[in-house]
This record gives sequence, C-alpha cells and structure tokens, in this order.
Amino acid sequence: MPDYATLRVLWWAILGFLLIGFAILDGFDFGVAALLKLLGRNNTERKVLLEGIEANWEGNQVWFIVAGASTFAAWPMLYAVSFSGMYFAIALVLLALILRPVGFKFRDKVTDPRWVSLWDWVLVVSGVTVMLVSGVAFGNLFLGVPFAFDTDLRMRWEGGLLNLLQPFALLTGLVSTAMLLAHGACWAALKADHLIAARAVRMARMMTLAFAVLYVAAGVWVAYAIPGYAIIGPAVTDGMSNPLYKQVAVGSSWFASYLRYPWFWSAPLVALLGAVGVQALVGRRDLTAFIASSLMVGGTIASAGFALFPFLLPSSLDPHSSLTVWDASSSRGTLLLMLLAVIVLMPIVIAYTAWVYRVMRGRITLDQVKRDEPGY
Amino acid sequence: MIVIDADVVTLSRLQFALTALYHFLFVPLTLGLVWLLAIMESVYVMTGRAVWKRMVQFWGVLFGINFAMGVATGVTMEFQFGMNWAYYSHYVGDIFGAPLAIEGLMAFFLEATLIGVFFLGWQRISRVKHLLVTWFLALATSLSAVWILIANAWMQHPVGAQFNPATMRMEVTSFSAVFFNPVAQEKFVHTVSAGYVLGAMFVLSISAWYLLRGRNVDFAKRSMTVAASFGLAAALSVVVLGDASGYTVSLNQKMKLAAIEAMWHTEPAPAAFTVFGLPNVERRTTDYAVKIPWVMGLIGTRSVDQTMPGISELVDTARKRIDNGIPAYDAMLMLRQDKDNQQAQATLAAHGKDLGYALLLKRYVDDPRQATPAQIQQAADSTIPNVPVLFWSFRLMVACGFYFIALFALSFWKASWRTLDRQRWYLRLVLWSLPLPWVAIELGWIVAEYGRQPWAIEGVLPTALGVSSVSAGQVWTSLAGFMLFYSVLAVIDVVLMLKFARKGPDGLGIWPATQPQHEAP
Repeated sequence: MPDYATLRVLWWAILGFLLIGFAILDGFDFGVAALLKLLGRNNTERKVLLEGIEANWEGNQVWFIVAGASTFAAWPMLYAVSFSGMYFAIALVLLALILRPVGFKFRDKVTDPRWVSLWDWVLVVSGVTVMLVSGVAFGNLFLGVPFAFDTDLRMRWEGGLLNLLQPFALLTGLVSTAMLLAHGACWAALKADHLIAARAVRMARMMTLAFAVLYVAAGVWVAYAIPGYAIIGPAVTDGMSNPLYKQVAVGSSWFASYLRYPWFWSAPLVALLGAVGVQALVGRRDLTAFIASSLMVGGTIASAGFALFPFLLPSSLDPHSSLTVWDASSSRGTLLLMLLAVIVLMPIVIAYTAWVYRVMRGRITLDQVKRDEPGY
Repeated sequence: MIVIDADVVTLSRLQFALTALYHFLFVPLTLGLVWLLAIMESVYVMTGRAVWKRMVQFWGVLFGINFAMGVATGVTMEFQFGMNWAYYSHYVGDIFGAPLAIEGLMAFFLEATLIGVFFLGWQRISRVKHLLVTWFLALATSLSAVWILIANAWMQHPVGAQFNPATMRMEVTSFSAVFFNPVAQEKFVHTVSAGYVLGAMFVLSISAWYLLRGRNVDFAKRSMTVAASFGLAAALSVVVLGDASGYTVSLNQKMKLAAIEAMWHTEPAPAAFTVFGLPNVERRTTDYAVKIPWVMGLIGTRSVDQTMPGISELVDTARKRIDNGIPAYDAMLMLRQDKDNQQAQATLAAHGKDLGYALLLKRYVDDPRQATPAQIQQAADSTIPNVPVLFWSFRLMVACGFYFIALFALSFWKASWRTLDRQRWYLRLVLWSLPLPWVAIELGWIVAEYGRQPWAIEGVLPTALGVSSVSAGQVWTSLAGFMLFYSVLAVIDVVLMLKFARKGPDGLGIWPATQPQHEAP
C-alpha cells in the first residue's frame, strides 16, 4: 500500500498523464480544425480533413473530461480554484468545446455553402481558442494567480480575464498554439489525400520551427525574469490537505527543481528532439513524424509540470495559499481508490482506443469523399 | 470573512437548473434509443434481412444528432461545479468527484470512442463485430448513468463520509457505502427506464407519422412493434421503480416527501393520499383537497400502523437539529485553533451529524453561535421546499407515467394483432404524445432537485454556501451567454431533427421506396 505522500506524487503524475493524453489526442483535432481553411482550399478538401478526425475526435475529447473529473476527485481544491478563478477563460474553452461536437455533426447536415462555411469558421475559431487559452493559462501558473483562502478555505480571487493576459502568458499561448498547429499538421500529413498532405508537411515544418524558437524563448524568460516559489522549511508531505498550514517564499527560481532532479531535463530535451524529428521526417515517414510531434507535445507539458513541482497553482496574492502536491489533494482513501480505478480501467481504455484507431486507419482520399453519400 | 452574495446564489442556481434541464433533454433519448438500435441490429445479424440494418442506420442518424448535443451540453455540467460551485467542489470533492471520474474512465470513454466506429465502421468490420460495438455503446450509456446517479444519490443521501475540521471538508469513510447507496440503485432504474420510455415514444411517434402519410409502411410498422414492446416494459418499470424510490425518499428525505404530498401536519396512520388540492403556503393547509384514505401510508411506510411526519413537525425537528449543530460549529472553530483539543473533538463527534444544520444559519447571521431564537426559527422554516411546485410537478409526472402504460399497452396490443395502421386517431394520438416523456422527465428532476432545497447535500451543506466567490456580474454574463447560445442550438437541433425525420429513410436513400430490398455488400 503506497503511503499518502507517494499517492500524492502518483496522482500528480496521473494528472500529467491525462493532460498529455488530452493534448496529444485531442490536440491534433484542434490543430486540424484550426488549419481547416488553410489546408483545405475547397469543400471536398475540407471534408477530407474532417473525415480524418471524424472517427476519433469524440473519444479524444473525453481525455479532457476525464482530466477534469479526475482533478475534481483527486485535487478538489485545484479544480475549485482554477475553474472559478479563471472564470471567463474557462467559459471560453467551454464554449469552444460545446461548439466542436455540434460543428462536426451539423456541418454536413445542410448543403447550403453559407451554412457549411459558417460551421467551418466555428471549428477554426474553437480550435484556435482552446490552444491559445490553455497556453495562456499554463503561463499564468508560472506568474502565480491572484487568489487567497480565508480560514473556512473559501477562496477569494482578485482580477478578471484581462489580468491573465500578461506578456509572458501570451508567449506561452503562442507556444501552445504553434505546438498544436504543428501536431495537427502532422496528423493531416499522415491522414489526408496527398495533395492536402503536401501542404500539411510545409505547415508542420514551419510550425515546429516557430514552436522551438518560442519554447526556448519562454524557457529563457522563466530562467531570468520570473521568480520561482518555494516552500519555507521542510515540506510536510503526508499532512492534512490544508494549504494554509505551510509558508511559501517567492524569489527563488523555477529551475530549482531541475537542479534538484537532473533527470527532469529529459522533458525539455524530448520536446526539442520531437521538433527536430518532425522537421526531419514529416512528408517521408508520416507515422514516425506524428509520434515525434506527440513526444514534442508530451515533453513540453511535462517540462512545465516539472518546473512547477511541487506547486500546482501558485498564488500571487497570498503565496502561502498556493496549492501544492502536498496540501491540495483528496484524502488518502480517495486517492487510493481512484488509483485502483485508473490502474484497472486505463489499460482497457487504451486497448479499445488503439483498436478503433486501427479499424479506422488509412489515408482519406478526395475520390473517397466525393463518392460518399451525403446525409450520414 | 468573505460575504456570500445572495444574487450569486440565485443566479448560480438558475444557471445550474437551466443547463441541467437542457442537458437532460438529450441524455434520456440517447439512453433509450441506443437500446432500440441494439435490438434492431441484433435482429439484422440474426435474420440477415436488410430492412433491419436500414432501421439501425436511419434511427442512427437521429441518434447521432442527439448524441452530439448530449455530449456538448454535458461538458457544461462538469465545468459548472468548478466555475459556479467552487466551495461545494472543495467541500465534497473528496467523495463527489470519484464517481464522476470513474464515469469518465469506465463509461464515457467507451461510449465516445465507439461511436465513431458505429457510424463509420459498417464497411470496415464484420457484422458481428459491429453488433458488438453497438451493444457496448448501449452498455456504456447505461453505465454512465449508473455513476452519475451514484453522485447524485449522494447529494440526496450522503452516506459513508464525515467532516474533517483540519481540511474543512467532508471526507470519505466508506466508498462501498457511497457506491451501494440504496437511493442510487432506485434512481438508476427509474431514470434509465424513463429514458427507455422516451426512446420508445420517439420511434413510435415518428413511425406513426410515416403511417399517417402512407410512407415507409413496412419500415414504420416494424419500428413500432419494437418500440411498443420495449416501451411497455419500460413504462411499467418506470412507475413501479418510481414507487420504490418514493419509499426510499421516505426513509431519508422526509421533508421532500411531505412537501410532495403537501402534508402539512402528521396524520394518524395510515395517511391519506391527496389526489387534488391547492396547497396554501401561508396557512399551511391544502384547500379543496380530494383524498384517498390509506394510500399514502402504504406507499410511504409499507405498513398500516406507522405515521408519516408532516411539514410542521419536520420543521420542529429541524430546529432541534440546528440547536444540536451549534456546539459542533463551536467545536470546529476550537479545533482549528488547537487540533488536539480533546473536549472539542468529543463535542464534534457527538454533534457532528448536525453541523450542516448549524450552517443553515449562515444565511441569517455571520456566526451561527450568535444566532437569536428568531433566526433559528427562520432557518428551520427555510427547510421547507416549494410545496405547490413539488405537489403539482409530482402529480403531473405520475399522470404521464400511467398514460404511458396505457398508450404502450394499446400499441403492443395493436402490434400483436397487426392493426397498427388501422385507426388514424390512434396514430395521431401517438404522434402528439411525443413531447410527454420529456415533460415527465423534466418534472421528475424538478421534484428530485428542487425538492432537495435548501440543501446542496441533504443535511450537510446548504446550497447557498456552495457557491464560488465570483461576482453576480460574472454569473449574469455566463448565464446570458448560455441562454442565447443554447437557444440557438436548440433551434438548430429541432430544425435538423425535423428535417431528417421528414426526409425519412426513403428520402435519405436508406430505404429505396420502390425497388425490392437487397442485402448491402
């Protein structure tokens, strides 16, 4: 039986795993949707792109739902503070996530070109919104967000949507946008008719380059211009989940955890090697290139999570209120039960997801889309 | 000290009610229709007759539109706990989050992953494999309902948890008590049966319309036969299990039951059932009441000699529990200063079960320990839900339930004697009955959740304390956004549903009207 501290670290890892799973799987859906108008020059071409994600996007989106619900179950305070604090940012993502399913399903139900074009734009905008907002939100974690608890552990938040739009957060928003556009382009290169795939290859090259430059720039910014947070004194790792029991100092470096655990460097390394891999392979070995871009996505998210460790949500308003791995979790019983649920169920999920991808594999050609009957 | 804005409470409740009722326009149709698809496809695989495959494909088109709306509006539900109900999420996330997460892992993943294969996989996998996909899809939707209703049942009947003063929240003591909550089991069968009734009515009504127009006759008759038998079983189950959940409610939510019955005062056993009446909230009486002796006592207590407490008596009980909860609140504050204070620990252990009742006072006074007798009475009175709304919602729902049994029984009889297309009045009746299952289902949720007020978690956390520390302006903005956005989606959804239902299997090319049927390759 793992002890409380171990369970907390495991759940921190599971949260990371779910977020990375979401970013890799649903990320390419967002990327393809956002690139719909750039890669697809007419309706048939756009249909090819959409059919390439049609069979899988619904299951992919569940990664987000499950990441959210698992946060609710395992990190209830993180869920409560981030969702109510970043109110309008979350509302924007929500809006985008509602519009996508109906967009996919409604688009081809009416043949009027204005109708189709409207939904195409909806898909483009919702794709860009999610990529940008989630990147901005991640950036804000490094800056700290303005919340504080009273003794009832009721949270107070000062500031609105515009306060999230700090220059550094905008940069991380661009990092995530470039990253997922590249990732989406790699999927299109793998899945779409060769005519469209050729465009996707150019896009993937351009976007991985942009990603690498922006990512390194964000890293330099974090190293030189953003103070890190640190728990004062030895951290109590198996205490009660009450953030007010600890004290936090601001002013160290977010790279401190990289110095303490040198193997953390593997994450940014994987991210950049992934970008190199895409540059080298896309257009020639598309499946390998897609795996490389998946590594790029996973490495990037892991590198951010590693830098923040053990912090989950630092507070700029009252640093002592910051949520950490050691004081924002559920009780030991809940973490243990949920760990068992993940251990039993996740392999099954991965197995049937893999089966569905295998069944639906293969390039979607223009001819195939033209042949398909309209209607369903 | 953070002051809770009463407007935020009202607006957050309104937003939750509207988005939940809206979400549940789509969910029950998914729950019901998917089993009808599974039945039709099973017949197809067993007999190899193409007509059954076309039935699956045509009803599948409508299922798909509805499914997308259910998924889209379900995302809102999950986000909303964190956005508008942050303190709720903190206070009970330790217990409430688990069934939601397991729902995602066990059911929603399966459902959403397979739906793509259901629609696009006809040519890619064998018939039997496709049938398995459909069955798993049906299974997953029902599993999904299991876990969501376990979460919901815990709000009605919070078992297996206790308050922890160090973390200021409820924490799990027994997950098996949470998962095997008797309220969850009855709610599950009642809720999915209601979905099956809706799915059956949906197929029955649209098919009746084809028969009225003389279109797709063979297709429609077969669809009606399946829907009539499935619907009759479901309608019987929904009423019988509804009765069982009435009994369970009487065990732990006595106030909800008394309010549904507008039973203002305890009556001698066995209590009478009020069929009709006008509940008068001011005077605590029911005017013009028409009563059937004995029935309520039998439903509520399964006996002839146990009394059922009336609303006034339950208010007295609530006042006692508030009095009993105040020392628990005091002990909680002391434990915050000194977590090893043994006297406070003992007081919390003795009075902890009524801590939630002390929290009811928070609406009227900052510190419940300073409450005046008048404020305590006010808080006790606030435990009465809205009696007229519950009284009438419940009666309309039950009336619908009995109507469904009659209509499906009639349909089943006509299907058995192959006279479904004989009487036009019957077909019109079926067609115009289409909205009724939705009405009954929404009324059912109003009874269950509006009847739970003033509690978010019965006896544990008052709804008003559960909100986020957001401004009324923020909730107004998101509420206005949802109303606008959901209205547009509703219009599109209805237009598309009508468009495809009108086109029919013949118009969609799934069912060529003239040429004989051949097996699809």
